[in-house]
Amino acid sequence: MYVHDEFDRAFLADRVADFRDQVARRLSGALTEEEFKPLRLMNGVYLQLHAYMLRICIPYGTLSSDQMRALGHVARRYDRGYGHFTTRQNIQFNWIRLDELPDAMADLAAAGLHGIQTSGNCIRNTTTDQWAGATPEEIEDPRLYAEIIRQWSTLHPEFTFLPRKFKIAITAAKHDRAAIRVHDIGLRLHRRDGETGFEVIVGGGLGRTPFIGKTIRDFLPKADLLSYLEAILRVYNSGGRRDNIYKARIKIQVHEVGTEEFSRRVEAEWAEIRDGALRLDDAAFAAIADRFQTPDFAPLADRPADLTDALADPAFARWHANAVAVHKAPGHAIVTLSLKPVGKPPGDATADQMDAIADLADRFAYGEIRVAHEQNLTFPHVRQKDLPELWRELDALGLATPNVGLISDIIACPGLDYCALANTRSIPLAQRLSERFADPARIADIGRMHINISGCINACGHHHVGHIGILGVEKKDQEFYQITLGGKANHKARLGELLGPAVGEDEVVEVVERIVDTYLALRAGPAESFIAVVQRLGVEPFKERAYAAG
Amino acid sequence: MPLVKQGAVVPDPFARVADDAALPEGPALVPLARLLADGLPEGRNAPLGVLVPNAADVALLAPFIGQLAVIVLDFPKFRDGRAYSQARLLRERFGFSGELRAAGNVLRDQVLLMVRCGFDAFEVAKADDIPGFTHALAAYSLVYQPTGDGRRTIGDARRAARGA
Repeated sequence: MYVHDEFDRAFLADRVADFRDQVARRLSGALTEEEFKPLRLMNGVYLQLHAYMLRICIPYGTLSSDQMRALGHVARRYDRGYGHFTTRQNIQFNWIRLDELPDAMADLAAAGLHGIQTSGNCIRNTTTDQWAGATPEEIEDPRLYAEIIRQWSTLHPEFTFLPRKFKIAITAAKHDRAAIRVHDIGLRLHRRDGETGFEVIVGGGLGRTPFIGKTIRDFLPKADLLSYLEAILRVYNSGGRRDNIYKARIKIQVHEVGTEEFSRRVEAEWAEIRDGALRLDDAAFAAIADRFQTPDFAPLADRPADLTDALADPAFARWHANAVAVHKAPGHAIVTLSLKPVGKPPGDATADQMDAIADLADRFAYGEIRVAHEQNLTFPHVRQKDLPELWRELDALGLATPNVGLISDIIACPGLDYCALANTRSIPLAQRLSERFADPARIADIGRMHINISGCINACGHHHVGHIGILGVEKKDQEFYQITLGGKANHKARLGELLGPAVGEDEVVEVVERIVDTYLALRAGPAESFIAVVQRLGVEPFKERAYAAG
Repeated sequence: MPLVKQGAVVPDPFARVADDAALPEGPALVPLARLLADGLPEGRNAPLGVLVPNAADVALLAPFIGQLAVIVLDFPKFRDGRAYSQARLLRERFGFSGELRAAGNVLRDQVLLMVRCGFDAFEVAKADDIPGFTHALAAYSLVYQPTGDGRRTIGDARRAARGA
């Protein structure tokens, strides 16, 4: 992973001092709340329903074990002993006091962590594949480029007061785990004639007006990455709408001017700056690549006896089939730690769990941890022979629920339990669904299934791209939920289709179960996934049965 | 609004002139629309500046760049950041070397960003902010990205450290 050098550390120290001064001026009254708001947001500090919330940036979802311990420390010392991992590979603490914020940030900075640009109308944390650097599918490690984007976008003087927030995602693997087609900019690393470059996708996004992103350039040489991004951001900063907060994202600008015209403007701007100071030469790549520490993978064989013997245990075998993926180095594996235990809020981890995860990462995973946008954690590099012991440890911590990618691996926004914007609760619904679908054999039989829950139209739970999407709406002070079917966030991204009228809060679990039963009845066989059946038959057969008993 | 340049309050000799008012003898600021409609006034020695709305395309100023003493860019709200792009284009693409002034909701916590984009004069919204300007400009010893301000970037520092 990328290790900060003296310059990164100096910058971070300046940033902490700057924010400490801003908090002091807010507490003294020199800054009004209106003036302070964008400053605190730029540092990841929100004012939520009950308290200030601090969102910590985890650049492209990569954490060292020491950084995980620092998160555990903050959870214990400044919060209520837990934190919440988000769909943007970050973590949020929900109960921080304003006067303690600068100290919490200083403690985080000591571990190279911060909240910079986790909020506000600026360029946010660049996200990527949680399997980067580990999966055999990728053509290169995308984190190098994510780090280059991080540095370029950090406190960018021109792009700190954009029309609206701005999110970039990047993938280098065929299977897109970073949801690049629903980001403001999506970058897909690929090769052409032996050269590495990017497909550039612009204007994707969810929220109240969902769009799948449009490709404006098939191949961008990697040397031009930053100048091209600067051109896109300049076109957006100058021409994006500012008259209506709900129409201010770049997706609306792209939609209103048209993909062709938007692309023309970007190319014209880029032509002016592509040979300027942002051009990346080999030395610029090397300076950052050299700061990445990659493990020296021991020469090991696949399927060692320790592993094959343990597979005789059905419980281990079930977890292994569910949570372990193929690694590029023989004798190694990628392991997903489920943060979706039955009946618990999705994505939460306690301080004790964070400490224990850090220790396990040191023992079994070369000290490296990833946050996945599905709100789970990943150990990207684990020796296969250690898998049985790692499983026993994870199981004891409640982190080995074999539900990765299955129906109870639910993505949910914080909802009305925390969020000032929400209309409805999300977490209790996720908890009840996971209780209804608690049987490991049953959920394995149902197979691949993504449920996404958003507590309001802002779509932080990405309900539009859930196989089953659930959107909370308020009607006459009652919580109702709209259900969509058939959404996907991957390289074949598409938006879900509305099933029918919204259902009451007490009926949602029943309706979901009837949808699942319908799928099981209609599928050609266990090999045909839920999403495949929805695509084959449409939502009609589901609609007929989902509401039938009501 | 006090005018601040190089950390100190200075007198503002420029008079703002409305679209249809007669030009005064001394230094004057005219709206962009008037400049575009009438062109540069002839036979005038006093310095002229222009007030530019933040939605305008600053390429329109290209024919006048060498004759303008001041360009005033507008921040109707500090959260509206269009003038940052205008400023960089004026400095870095159109080579404007006169006074680039930020007007409107100009606050201490944005002044470093403004300087990095090429502003060198500030109509400050809150007089209490002025003593903090020097502090704000010195808050960061290093920056990540290159702009036309020529400030040393972390990339430059790394190259120097590697060369050493």
